[in-house]
This record gives sequence, structure tokens and C-alpha cells, in this order.
Amino acid sequence: MKFSKAKSSEILEGDLTPMIDMTFQLIAFFMLLINFSEVDRAEEISLPTSVLAVPPSAPPDYQIILNLEPGGMVIFAGERIPIEEISRELGLEVKSAAREGVYEPGDISVVIRSHENTETGTVQDLISVCQGQELESFALRVLNKVN
Amino acid sequence: MPRLEAEESEEIKLNMTSMIDIVFQLLVFFVMTFNPPQYEGDFSVKMPLSSDAPADDIIEPPTVISVKLSAALDGALSNILVDSVPVDQVDLYGGLTKVIESKLASEGDPDKAHETEVDFDIARELKYSYTVAAIEAVSGKKEGDVVTKLINKIKFKDNSEKIQ
Repeated sequence: MKFSKAKSSEILEGDLTPMIDMTFQLIAFFMLLINFSEVDRAEEISLPTSVLAVPPSAPPDYQIILNLEPGGMVIFAGERIPIEEISRELGLEVKSAAREGVYEPGDISVVIRSHENTETGTVQDLISVCQGQELESFALRVLNKVN
Repeated sequence: MPRLEAEESEEIKLNMTSMIDIVFQLLVFFVMTFNPPQYEGDFSVKMPLSSDAPADDIIEPPTVISVKLSAALDGALSNILVDSVPVDQVDLYGGLTKVIESKLASEGDPDKAHETEVDFDIARELKYSYTVAAIEAVSGKKEGDVVTKLINKIKFKDNSEKIQ
């Protein structure tokens, strides 16, 4: 009976270089795509769609993003605030904009991200409250639908 | 003078395990939080305050087309009036676009047509998605890949309930 020879007890080490290279490339890819600007977007807001609305070519000097729920609650900076009480927050935001630059309230763009089932009257109420803070430039945000 | 001893040519091996662990944890984090962006666009609406633009400063006021949107009981769009004339009931949005096109064509001067404003008078009960569809209908139309732009100056008639 033949016995096989004892194998040498060397540790086998695979070449990990390509795997590490690829992993770093994947991390770089995901880091580049991560979008921190989405913090102002409320995921529960289902926007109406449009084929014509296009993203602004250049970001505005200063923008305030207001998410409007069907019930009339405004999600602003992560907090749900009734429309009647948003005026104070807007006033603080206008002052904050003034501190950051020389922006007049008219230079501030108010982005309204309203749920598609919200009554238009509620949107108009929100616009009216914004006008009370001398804001007059509005952008109605919609989801860009590809044909 | 002492001589330096020749260093042994041992291969220095770094322990990569901890780095690979962290790199994989980073990778898992980014994969789990990956949220492909959805493309959003804007319709610009200017709502100038009444104190702005004194009447003396306006040399030639722009042409204003009045569009009235009515709502049914369920908040859907029931009727569109353009300058008090109802549009085609079969295809409300298509009819609205056609009316706007014909009004701009009647302006003759393209620059003047570019300055034309649409003033929306919208029923408070109308659901926002219908309002956006009407704004889209006056803003232009898309046939295949060809986009025709019509109106880019939009205003809302103040139908808000004044909130203090």
C-alpha cells in the first residue's frame, strides 16, 4: 500500500490586488453618485409629472425648498409645520439669506414641492404666505417624465 | 570604523485584513444607501408684489391671456376657459395648447409673443396635478423629441385665503 507524500505546509496566498482595485473603484463610483442635496426632499411627497419641465440650468443664488402635503402641512428643514405657522420660519430664513450675502427677498427662489393631490388653493395659500415675506420668485417642482 | 551590516533582503508583508474589512464595510454602506436620482424640473412662476413695478415705468404692458380652470366635485379638471371662451371639451389640455398657439401666432411679432403672459385663475378645489398639466399645456408641447416652447411667463390670480 502506497502512502501519499506529506504535502508541504506552505500558506497559499492569492493575489488580492485586482480585487482591492475593483473595490476601491466601486467605492469611488458610489461616493460620486451620493446626493446630499436630497436632504431637502421629502420622500413621501409624490410630485406631479411633466415632460416639459427641465432642471434649472444654473442653481439659484439662494433657494428655500418647501414640501407641501395634501393636508396642508409644510415639510421644511425636516419639520412638519402648518401653513399658518410657516411665516415665522420663512422670516428667519430670509434673515439667514441676508447674512450670507446681499440677497434681497426677491432674489430668493422658493421651490414648492407639492404633492400631486394637494388642492391648488392650498398651494396658493402657501404662495400668499411667502409673499408676506416679500418672496416673489417661485418654482413649481415636478418630476421629469421621459416620453 | 564599524561597517554596516548588510540588511537581510526579507520581503516585508503588510497585513491587509483590517483595510479590506473597512473597505468592504464602506462598499456595503454605499450600496445600501444608493438612491438613483430622479430628475426633477421646475415651472417658474413670478408673483410680483403689488407695490412693485409702478405703472409709469411700464412702457408697453405685455399681452395677458387669461386662463380659468374649473374643478369638478372630485377635484378633477372640469372646464377650461381662455379669455372667457371654453376650449375643446374632448381634449382639454390639447385644446388649451392649440388656443395658446393660435393667440401667439396672431401676435405676429415673435418678440412680443415671447413677452406674452398667462394669468391663471384656478379653482381652489382643483388638484395640483391638473394645475401642473395646464401649466405644461401653455408652456409648450413635445412631439417626439421636438419641443415647442410657447409661454414662459406665468402668473396666478390670487385666490388664496389670507392667512395671517
